[in-house]
Amino acid sequence: MAKTTENELESVVIRFAGDSGDGMQLTGTQFSNTTALFGNDIATFPDFPAEIRAPIGTLAGVSGYQIHFGSKKINTPGDMSDVLVVMNVAALKANLKGLRKGGVIIANSDGFDSKNMRLANVPEDKNPLTDGSLSEYDVKTIDVTKITRAALADSGMGTKEIDRCKNMFVLGLIYWMYHRDMQSSIEFITSKFGKNEAVMNANIKVLQAGWSYGETTEMFANRYNVAPAQMETGIYRSIMGNQAAAYGLISASVKCGLPLFYGTYPITPASDILHELSKYKNFDIKTFQAEDEIAAICSSIGAAFGGSLAITGSSGPGIALKGEAIGLATMLEMPLVIVNVQRAGPSTGMPTKTEQADLMQAMYGRNGECPVVIVAAQSPSDCFTMAYEACRIALQHTIPVFFLSDGYIANGAEPWKFPQSDDLPEIKVSFAPQRAADDPKFMPYLRDEKLSRPWAIPGTKGLEHRIGGLEKQNETGNISYDGDNHELMTHLRQEKVDRVADNIPLQSIDTGAETGDLLILGWGGTYGALKTATTILRGEGLNVSHAHVRYINPFPKNLGDILKNFKTVVVPELNNGQLVKIIRDKYFVDAIPYNKIQGQPFMSDEVVKKIKEILA
Amino acid sequence: MNEIEAKLTSKDFASDQEVRWCPGCGDYSILKQVQTVLPDLGRPREEFVFISGIGCSSRFPYYMDTFGMHSIHGRATAIATGLKATRPDLSVWIITGDGDSMSIGGNHFIHLLRRNPDVNVLLFNNQIYGLTKGQYSPTSEQGKVTKSSPMGSVDYPFNPIALSLGADATFVARTMDRDPKHQQAIIKRGYDHKGTSLVEIYQNCNVFNDGAYEVYTEKSSKKDETLMMEHGKPLIFGENNNKGIKLDGFKPVIVSLNDVSVNDLWVHDETDLVKATIISRFYDDPSIENHFPRPFGVFYVNNNKKTFDDLFNEQIAEAKEKKGTGDLDKLLAGRETWVVN
Repeated sequence: MAKTTENELESVVIRFAGDSGDGMQLTGTQFSNTTALFGNDIATFPDFPAEIRAPIGTLAGVSGYQIHFGSKKINTPGDMSDVLVVMNVAALKANLKGLRKGGVIIANSDGFDSKNMRLANVPEDKNPLTDGSLSEYDVKTIDVTKITRAALADSGMGTKEIDRCKNMFVLGLIYWMYHRDMQSSIEFITSKFGKNEAVMNANIKVLQAGWSYGETTEMFANRYNVAPAQMETGIYRSIMGNQAAAYGLISASVKCGLPLFYGTYPITPASDILHELSKYKNFDIKTFQAEDEIAAICSSIGAAFGGSLAITGSSGPGIALKGEAIGLATMLEMPLVIVNVQRAGPSTGMPTKTEQADLMQAMYGRNGECPVVIVAAQSPSDCFTMAYEACRIALQHTIPVFFLSDGYIANGAEPWKFPQSDDLPEIKVSFAPQRAADDPKFMPYLRDEKLSRPWAIPGTKGLEHRIGGLEKQNETGNISYDGDNHELMTHLRQEKVDRVADNIPLQSIDTGAETGDLLILGWGGTYGALKTATTILRGEGLNVSHAHVRYINPFPKNLGDILKNFKTVVVPELNNGQLVKIIRDKYFVDAIPYNKIQGQPFMSDEVVKKIKEILA
Repeated sequence: MNEIEAKLTSKDFASDQEVRWCPGCGDYSILKQVQTVLPDLGRPREEFVFISGIGCSSRFPYYMDTFGMHSIHGRATAIATGLKATRPDLSVWIITGDGDSMSIGGNHFIHLLRRNPDVNVLLFNNQIYGLTKGQYSPTSEQGKVTKSSPMGSVDYPFNPIALSLGADATFVARTMDRDPKHQQAIIKRGYDHKGTSLVEIYQNCNVFNDGAYEVYTEKSSKKDETLMMEHGKPLIFGENNNKGIKLDGFKPVIVSLNDVSVNDLWVHDETDLVKATIISRFYDDPSIENHFPRPFGVFYVNNNKKTFDDLFNEQIAEAKEKKGTGDLDKLLAGRETWVVN
């Protein structure tokens, strides 16, 4: 057996990259789950092309999965990777700039043959594995294809099927390098391929071959230990953002005692919420794949009218189509949750890339004065909390609520200290009671102290009434074209949103002091990067704090006071400046925008650099 | 509930809102017939829900003292689908017009019929946009001169009956505003059908498209121009019931009963999709020679297609039976957890 040195590390960033058919997402997810189970804190970042199978071997077809894990608190998937696994030359070309100098490259040499070089537009005489261009890195070249084929020579499987097991070799090797237990992955393979024994055995065999390769060859002189993280005590699991959002919605349904109806139309990156919800019909979860985005929200409005916890979900282009119906829900003053898992760009844009550019759409993107409540999740596990909150607010205030997520946190994973159902906030819902013939006439727009109107569902005796998109008289709900009434109703619909501020937590400072030179004010999926940047800046003695807004319309009541306690307020966003406009408008604060619009998350280092520039 | 409760009357279904259609509008008749039919259905008032889109006809729910929603243009079908899926106990009615259902809501219309939830659609077809003051609609005849088509519309019209059959509707019928008895009978049959019932109602817009259906409603021409279909009866029409339709292979021909025996005529069979498809195409311009009469009545009924609401809710019941009612704490914990001490 080869001699290896054991090393202790605080944290490591690994990036798996290959062709989109190479199974890198699966490899990354498996390594993440195992690592989370081991007790490390983790953050992950899947980065894949929109095409299901982009042309093999090309740069466009490169699919990556980055995981940052450690024995300390991990907030982001990491700016630069320490280890880069590449299955072909295109994957190397696309990802080398993200590898730190001196980092390890594990390269599948079969993916560097002349065909792959040509497909990746690399000149024949410039093979990076042999031309010396990677001299600043620690390169391990392995012919994964050859070894996999050799390991499965007796399997009776065809070459094509055998080659699909390559990713398991890489996974096994990385497990060996980081002392990870393979049991969880073996169980996964068993349950996934249980029906096809040959494929199941092949995958397990190649996984073990990867481990043995590390153990027996002398190529790897080092193995690494990353001790479990010191996290808050409790029971944890690994969770992805869209999954967490689905669980938040299901939990709200269970807690409020109403069946959930999810009307939706498939769209990236929101579809996984539909896939997840559709598994739980035994929780009275009713999913409806409509003919289009408009029917999706309209079916939800119908379900809300009937007394369900009604939700519609989509991404930006779909939300654009839903605009008119969101206006209807606002006029009907009905509980409705609208999920927007944001993606990059206008129109079709970059569907698999992340951005936070739909805040203005949520805030203002409808005809007429049409205010709705907006909440936004800040991390994968926070999708649970904020999806739950969206339902709670919608039901308690009989009002449409936007829940904003984004592609980055929707697909990212992290450890989650999941709650017990008993600890979740209560959601009490009551429908308007039936009335006798001699009771006074039912008033569908008579309001309570929250300005909410009664939820009067069909089938209830004595509550027969008509509602609609036309302006209506306050209290009676009759059609009204009266100017004073319209102004009153417009103010009431706004005031109804504003009063939600009485029912949400106050804003807190996440990192740093309550007063100081500079406040980094963020929202949504940038949380981890901003938190890490703030910690770095404070470590260097700078008087910087970080607050992250999760309730955006209305804002927490104390947000204005917090802003006043800092000399400078900077609002970093993955858009061209949206929250910053609302902040300036509402609080007259000369907040400084800091924007990135590349379809990629912030790196902590670039935030650190920017803040230093501003403070200089 | 008291079983011997006084039977409801048509007045019980009239709301306190003033009806604001133009005087002489065909919509009045439809409102009256619906209010007449509903008390006979034996259901309490609170179980009825009328959902409409936008247009003159879509004001309908405001005049009914039931639950109602006047929604947005073309979407009543989608809203009704969500309501019926989650509340199969309700009697859900969709009120729509030719612009609302055939144009802006065309997509939802065909998908409603495809899914077949147990709802009733009343399609008020007046072949014009009334509420926006007189533009041609998707059912207006080609060449129609309107405010938006001063040289005549170049669009070919939709045939809602043929479209519905193409979308696999399970109940397809046509009636007219000027024939209250026929209208009531068809609406009642639509209600009784389990599945989506599509009732097209020829409705006169006396302001922007007056007389569009005159040939079918006026005494002088009605008998020659309309074909009143009845299940199991031969297809006979004409001033003195002297004409009939005969099938020559798959080709329908108009014959004179002076030459052909009644026994050789096409006998209407509501359950025959092929024949319904042929007769749905009797859609000629009445001014051309040798045109077919316009059929009224029930074209087609399919009682063998399960409803969407049944299928949708059976899956929920099946999941509960197989897996048991969901355990939230189990769900949140998932398959793999670890403890941090």
